[in-house]
Amino acid sequence: MMMKKDYLIWIAIKTGLLSGVIAIFLCLIGMVEVFSKRDVIEKIITLGDFILLATAVSAGVIAARATSNPEQQKQPLKNLIAGALAGITTGVVIAAFIGLSQQINLRSVFLSASPSLFDLLTFKGGTNWIWMYPAIGMAAGLLGTILFLLPEKFRQPITRAIFITFLLALFSGLFRVVMINQSDNIAKAGKYLFGQTGLTLSGAIIFFVAVVSISMFWSAESTNLQKGFARIPKKGQTGVRVVVFAILAYMVLMLPQVSGPFIAQVIVIVSLYALMGLGLNITLGFAGLLDLGFVAFFAVGAYTVGLLTSYGIFGLQHVSFWVAVPIAVLVSMMFGAFLGLPVLGVRGDYLAIATLGFGEIVRLLAGSDFLAPFFGGPQGIIGIQKPCLGTLGEFVRVDVPRICNGLEFAGPKEIYYLAVASAILIAFIALRLQRSRLGRAWMAIREDEDVAEALGINLIQTKLLAYMLGAAFAGLGGAIFTVLVGSIFATSMQLIVSINVVSLIIVGGMGSVPGVIVGAIALIGLPELLREVSEYRFLFYGAALIMMMLAKPEGLWPSQATLRELHHDDSGEDSEIASTKSSQAKA
Amino acid sequence: MAVILTAKKVIKRFGGLVAVNSVDFDIPEKSIVSIIGPNGAGKTTFFNCITGFGKIDEGEISFEGTKIHRLRPDQITHLGISRTYQNIRLFPDMTALENILVGQHLFLHSSWISAVFNTPGVRTEEKMALAEAQRLLNYVDLKGKGDMLARNLPYGAQRRLEIARALATKPKLLLLDEPSAGMNPRETEDLTAFIHRIRDELGISILLIEHHMRVVMGISERITVLDYGEKIAEGTPKEIQSNPRVIEAYLGRGASTAGMANAHERFSESKSKSG
Repeated sequence: MMMKKDYLIWIAIKTGLLSGVIAIFLCLIGMVEVFSKRDVIEKIITLGDFILLATAVSAGVIAARATSNPEQQKQPLKNLIAGALAGITTGVVIAAFIGLSQQINLRSVFLSASPSLFDLLTFKGGTNWIWMYPAIGMAAGLLGTILFLLPEKFRQPITRAIFITFLLALFSGLFRVVMINQSDNIAKAGKYLFGQTGLTLSGAIIFFVAVVSISMFWSAESTNLQKGFARIPKKGQTGVRVVVFAILAYMVLMLPQVSGPFIAQVIVIVSLYALMGLGLNITLGFAGLLDLGFVAFFAVGAYTVGLLTSYGIFGLQHVSFWVAVPIAVLVSMMFGAFLGLPVLGVRGDYLAIATLGFGEIVRLLAGSDFLAPFFGGPQGIIGIQKPCLGTLGEFVRVDVPRICNGLEFAGPKEIYYLAVASAILIAFIALRLQRSRLGRAWMAIREDEDVAEALGINLIQTKLLAYMLGAAFAGLGGAIFTVLVGSIFATSMQLIVSINVVSLIIVGGMGSVPGVIVGAIALIGLPELLREVSEYRFLFYGAALIMMMLAKPEGLWPSQATLRELHHDDSGEDSEIASTKSSQAKA
Repeated sequence: MAVILTAKKVIKRFGGLVAVNSVDFDIPEKSIVSIIGPNGAGKTTFFNCITGFGKIDEGEISFEGTKIHRLRPDQITHLGISRTYQNIRLFPDMTALENILVGQHLFLHSSWISAVFNTPGVRTEEKMALAEAQRLLNYVDLKGKGDMLARNLPYGAQRRLEIARALATKPKLLLLDEPSAGMNPRETEDLTAFIHRIRDELGISILLIEHHMRVVMGISERITVLDYGEKIAEGTPKEIQSNPRVIEAYLGRGASTAGMANAHERFSESKSKSG
């Protein structure tokens, strides 16, 4: 018995120490200080406080989980002790850090260990208040343990509610701006719910309660609702679907008008990354060919449209955007084949390095002085004609934009439609491809190249098609990017873009079309919206990638589920067994 | 009887090692032929030469009169040779049905553009492919397992699925690389019957690599014995059992005086002990 107790204490302290160290790390990289300028709930808790608290709460959850034995029944007291102890330890570590920093000047090494950070941590009271930390830590640790101990029925709605309320708080500034621009009543509601940088207290409570109740209602009633839906006659079902679809379509169409240019621009960028992601998803996700120079195709698409439509000095032709785009897509496809040919026989890591080289070569060539007479070198290509629905005026002379008689896609609010429509179209094409004979051939190559070949799949043709179609999608993204920005610079085709695209595919779910979209929203959209925290963007990426690999290596929206939907011929039972088995195997 | 596959003076080298040394080899149409030999005798290498995995250095292999030793694996498959693997090589993350559908790749002709538009032609083709895959799945006794991921299937089922996938390419010659590896006596018996069935019902010639002597002797119409890359014997199971060179290759010189009839049992005993 004594042994057991020691063990419990040791686990709790270990967890606490670890989360304390993480908390100190967050302080020392300056995250806590930067984040404390944003509220989660106005005047009550800042984002900085929130992440420190989150470390202690998660210490509580982890300690509680580690001390509960799944084979025995729950031992709440044991878990509570462990959770509290872990929380206290976290608090003690932070307190010790503050105490230490009063003695030693940490700033000579850690730039972010500034006086203002310690003012913040000590509530401007020197060391008088640091005894609070173990107490707060204990409370947070207990909270985590209680969350862990709650039965599934309550835990899920509550964690969901915390998560969604937190997300709403992060973006409350945006919601507020959007709502204030509407009619009086909506504006009032907006001010009531959303503060400048965080939720108001009443807003937070309303959202929390709303999410908890909806979530509990859903988990209790969802099967009934689904059965009810199935009972509606077929015509009625299609009717419901059409109505839902119409509402969604209306929202998508109206969004930029309501939200203003900033959100429209963010969505455009997400769509462009989704386009690239869908392209790379074909080469990497479907066919398993890791391409780290994917930005090259984006660049080819962008430069083609730029050269064909620019009214600047590098404009070769002065065709309209609508003519230039198909050409850009074709040129990208040719480049895909051109870059794919030499690496046909290269596999795995070697392929990654070879394609990485290609990406860099394209960027360097485009930005080089050697090719500057054609591609503008470091000055880039400027004066790209915006797309125009209607008749485009004659080209007069260099540096004078042509006049558009009709609807001009001048800014993000208009290009939004172009980008979103392209992303939806390409996602649709990708889904069709995935379910086709070609899609199966790609997956066979991904799984085992030799066997695929022995089953009669022409590797050269199939791989080249993967490179070409992937390149085409990315080229389309590049084409839209050019008209969004109105110029192209070789410096915007950095390696990091390719790496972002690879990351978003991994986070979203390799080989999954909806996964790519989810990944683009999570990895590109969220940091883009939270401009204040973009300093920590790559920390966020790294953490997200590591956590995904550890917790959910199949991605946020894995493809197996969609794959299995393909074949309904067998009884439902069998497919259920298969899906649980596959999820077990993955877990 | 007509010959479906002929190999003449086939040589395959890996650096200084001659893995297959000047082997002449015939497979009569609609027959079951086995290659046996001690570990490292070059059996699988010879298989790879036939299916185009490894290019041969000298000699020639022809299939129904067409020289195939310069062709790519997919072209050889197109002509009608299909195979399974010693260590099962299914597409693990695809469902059983999809595995078979990949095998049908050669007989589906819809282009990716028509797939994007989901033309009626594509739809009927896919429907027929799916029906054919189901039929093959039932043929190998895997009815109802179509939606399971290949890697979640039990071992024996994986072996059978691999054969179904090979059959999906509509081969005239099927190469089975140690199909009974890891099977218990009962499963082995079923397999033997199944191989017979493939030959009798579908008219497919079968070339077998096998260590399990009971299977080899029971099923083969002709046996070829390889040792150190060279063909040391060829004939009916009876002739092979009493061939002193074969006994020597398997059991060493001293054993050649003892009869092969019980020698092969001793051999399989020692094999089951070691692995």
